[in-house]
Order: sequence, then structure tokens, then C-alpha cells
Amino acid sequence: MAIKVVERRPLSLAERTYLPQILAGLKVTWANMLRPPVTLQYPEERPAIPTGYRGVPTLVRDPNGREKCVSCQLCEFVCPPKAIRITPGAIAADAPNAHVEKAPQEFEINMLRCIYCGLCQEVCPEEAIWLQSQYSMTGTSREMMVNNKAKLYELGGTLPDGHYKWDRKKAEAERQAHGGH
Amino acid sequence: MEQLLKDFLLSKAWYFIAARGLTAIVILMSIAAYAVLLERKASAWIQGRVGPNRTNHPLIAWIPFLGTFLQKGGFIQPAADGLKFLFKEDPLPGHVRKTTYVLAPIVALAPALLSLVMLPFGRLPTGEVITLCPGADIGVLFMFAISSLGVYGIALAGWSANSKYPFLGAVRGSAQLISYELAMGLSVLTVFLATAAPGQDNPLSLVAMVDGQQGAWNVLCHPVAALIFLICIFAEANRHPFDMPESETDLVGGFHTEYGSFKFGLFFVAEYGHMVIGSSLFILMFLGGWHFLPWLPTVGTGYVAALFGAAWFFAKLVAFLFFFVWVRWTIPRFRYDQVMRIGWRVLLPVAVLNLLAYFLWYAIKG
Ligand code: SF4
Ligand code: SF4
Repeated sequence: MAIKVVERRPLSLAERTYLPQILAGLKVTWANMLRPPVTLQYPEERPAIPTGYRGVPTLVRDPNGREKCVSCQLCEFVCPPKAIRITPGAIAADAPNAHVEKAPQEFEINMLRCIYCGLCQEVCPEEAIWLQSQYSMTGTSREMMVNNKAKLYELGGTLPDGHYKWDRKKAEAERQAHGGH
Repeated sequence: MEQLLKDFLLSKAWYFIAARGLTAIVILMSIAAYAVLLERKASAWIQGRVGPNRTNHPLIAWIPFLGTFLQKGGFIQPAADGLKFLFKEDPLPGHVRKTTYVLAPIVALAPALLSLVMLPFGRLPTGEVITLCPGADIGVLFMFAISSLGVYGIALAGWSANSKYPFLGAVRGSAQLISYELAMGLSVLTVFLATAAPGQDNPLSLVAMVDGQQGAWNVLCHPVAALIFLICIFAEANRHPFDMPESETDLVGGFHTEYGSFKFGLFFVAEYGHMVIGSSLFILMFLGGWHFLPWLPTVGTGYVAALFGAAWFFAKLVAFLFFFVWVRWTIPRFRYDQVMRIGWRVLLPVAVLNLLAYFLWYAIKG
């Protein structure tokens, strides 16, 4: 195999004075100075958040307005820094969604603990908890940094649902009750 | 003795001296403050940022247009920076040598103030020179002598801090000053030999030098001397690429590692003061001082011309300070051994050769 020996040229006199290089550098920085700045003036200008961004975890409702969380507490157990605290509760027997049986009575995510890992979203069997586009959580006390259930639903809003799992279960149950298979 | 002191305190001269001293301090402080702003803004522009554009005072923000302009330009920022230095806690670490520790910032700032007083800014139509200390055209030797005393501040700071990094910084600073002082002196010698008229009573006068540059600037006649002097003032002012005593990457903060609050602020002002003095000397000796551009006639007559002269000087000073900043944000710092090599093995021989060449040329010309 032919080996090509690259000639290592000693520095020329001009190069050894550093001056041409310095002048070239000054030219580069001058050109940079004339370019518009890339700074985003943050509080007034906000960055565009890409879809799929994993910001503050929130709770969501399905398009029918049903709260999706069934307080199975999987997220509470998986959460590495133990940021989630759930108080499970029962759904009243006369509620339209009584067949779901359980819903959280209180749901708290301590944003001082949360590390935005997304494990809660990954583990949730109901697709009820989502890390959405809110990237800035601020507060002036520790209490303000704990998102309670009301706040979580306010942040989460409604997300489209592909399954309507509980509606289908209800329809199936009713069909069977009417003697079908 | 008592009578003398009483007379002195009661005489008008005292107030004038005090007023002048205050003026010098105010001028230096404000120039330093706005040089810092220039540094922050220019570095931001070079790096594609905006720089300070938030600080404002409600009373100023209330003025339409001007208020917004001042805020966007960051013109209120220096006031905030200065106040911050003033109101911060002033710690006195337990392990320092107290007397020298307190003395060092003062020793660093005093020479800067002292040489500022002697700088000529322009010329009145009556022939008087505009300066803070009229009638004392001591010349360039005094400037060199006093401004290099500034290194005592650095040396004392490094010594008194009683820890490794400041000490290394101080040693570097002193070595650097000694290395570059020689080349600096030799380089300007040619200029003074060329411009001083035979039989002139003050051949090292800066004013006479500026008067001699009505036509061609010295930078055109003595480019080598100008280049050496330029490099040396960068080194003397401890600016990039020669900021050996500070070099925050390898020495934490160099000589002022152990300093905080207003004492650190004084070092800061002293550094910018040295920049101002170095640039002024360069402008006076090589860039025509208060003359507009080479070969151009003076604008206006009488006091208008004097005013324009001072304005040209100031404009050149601002441009030169910008050059300092521009260089700083362009090139990296030299290594310490490179600094020594450039000083002793390049600049000094070149300066000597330049002087010899000038002698030869002078001998041939006759
Ligand atoms: S959010 Fe999901 S994982 Fe967590 S309790 Fe509710 S249903 Fe279970
Ligand atoms: S994102 Fe991670 S840390 Fe935050 S609540 Fe969910 S599981 Fe816990």
C-alpha cells in the first residue's frame, strides 16, 4: 500500500510573527459583529416548543370530559424521586362513570422533586398522565411548587383518545346484560 | 509650619487642587465604567448576543424614546455595576497580610490617576494645552515611570494574599512588565529622535510631538516603532493576549483572587485606567493626537477648533478602547513562556534594530 508522507512544513516567517493570523481573526470577529444576534429575549419572546416535548407532568381528560386516571398508583410507585402522592378515592355509585370504580381523590406532584424523567407517563395504563409543553415552573414558596389535582387538570386539559376503553367496556357490559355474547 | 499649613488650607489654590483631583477621579471612574460597558457590549456582538439591555431606573424609563434607548444600549448598567461593588460586603480574609492587602488596590489605582492628570487632550487658541494639570508638560518619561508603578499594586496584591494563585499572578505580572518596558522605551526613542528639533528645551514633550504631526502621523513614518509600542501597551495594560497576571483559566483570578467588592472594583478601574493611558499615549505619539486626519486642515478657528481637537482626541480614544476589546475577544491568551519569548527574543531585538536602522538612515541623510 502506498504511503503518502505529508510534508510538515515549518512555519513561515509571517506565520511566526502571529500577525497575519491575528488580522484574519479580527476579520472573523468583525464579520460576526455585523451579524444580527441570535438571542431570544426570553420573558417577552418565548421559544417554539417542539411536539413531543417533555415538560411539566399533567393529568388529562378524554374528549368526553371523563377524567382518565383510575388512581392505580403505578406512577406513584415508579416515580424515581417520589414526587407523586395519590390519595385514591371511589367514584359515586350514581355517577355516569360508576363502572370505572376508582378515581384519585387527591393527586399531588411535587415539582421540587420531579426530574422530568417521563416514567409516570410511560407506566400509566390509562394514558392519563402526560408530560406536556409547559417548560417553566416557578413559585415563591414550597407549597406553590406542589401541583394539586385541580392544577394538574387545568394544566393538562383534554387530549385525543384512540381507545375509549371504558366506554367500550360499558357498551360490552350492557350488550351482555341484554343477553348477547 | 503651622502657619504654612493654615495658609495652604485657606488659599484658593487648595480648592482648585481638590477640584482637579476630584475631576480626575470622576473622569477615570466614568471612563472605566463605560469601557466596561463597551467591553460587555462588544463581546456580546462578537458572540451573537445582545449584551446588557435590561437595567433602567423608573425615572429614566419614563422619558419617551430616550429612556428606551438608554436601556437598550445598556447605558444605565455601569451605575448598577458600580453600586453593586460599593454596597457588597467587603470581606477581609483571615489568612492575608492585612496592611498590604488593603494597600494594594490603592497602589494599583494611584499611578493610573496620576498619569491621567498629566495627559494633554487638546490645545486652546491661546496656545495653552488642555490638561488637568496645566503648565506641567513633563513628557513621556514621567508617563512611563508612573504608569509602570501600577505593577506594584499587582505585586503587593499577590504577595499579601498569601496563597498560591495570586502569588503566581503577581510574579508573572512583574516579569512581564520588566520584559516589555525595555522594548517600549526603545521603540519610542526613534520617534522622539525624529521629531524633536535640535535645541528644543523639552525634547520628550508630548505636546511638541503632537504639534509635529500636523501633516503625516508618526504611525506612517515609524510603522515598526508603532507596532512594537502597540504590542507593549497591550502587555503593560495586562490585556489579552497578555493578561498573564489574571489568566482566569489557569490562575483562578490571578492577583485579585482573594479580593472582593470595592477593592476588586478598584483593581478593575485601575486596569481600564491603564488601558486609557496606554491608548492615549499611542494616540498622542502615533495617531496625531488632537489633529483630525493626516494632511487635513483643522476644522474651524479659535475655540471651535480647540473643541473639535479635543473631540477628535476623544473619538480616537473610544476607537482605540474598542480595538483593545475587539482584540481581547478575538485571540486566545499566550502561554507564559511565549510571552517571555516574544518580549525578550523578538520585540527587544527588533526595537534595537529599528533604532540602529534609524541611526543609519539619519547618518546617510546627513
Ligand atoms: S396517572 Fe395513570 S398510573 Fe398514575 S394513578 Fe392514574 S392511572 Fe395510575
Ligand atoms: S416525570 Fe418522573 S419524576 Fe416527574 S412525576 Fe413523572 S415519574 Fe416522577
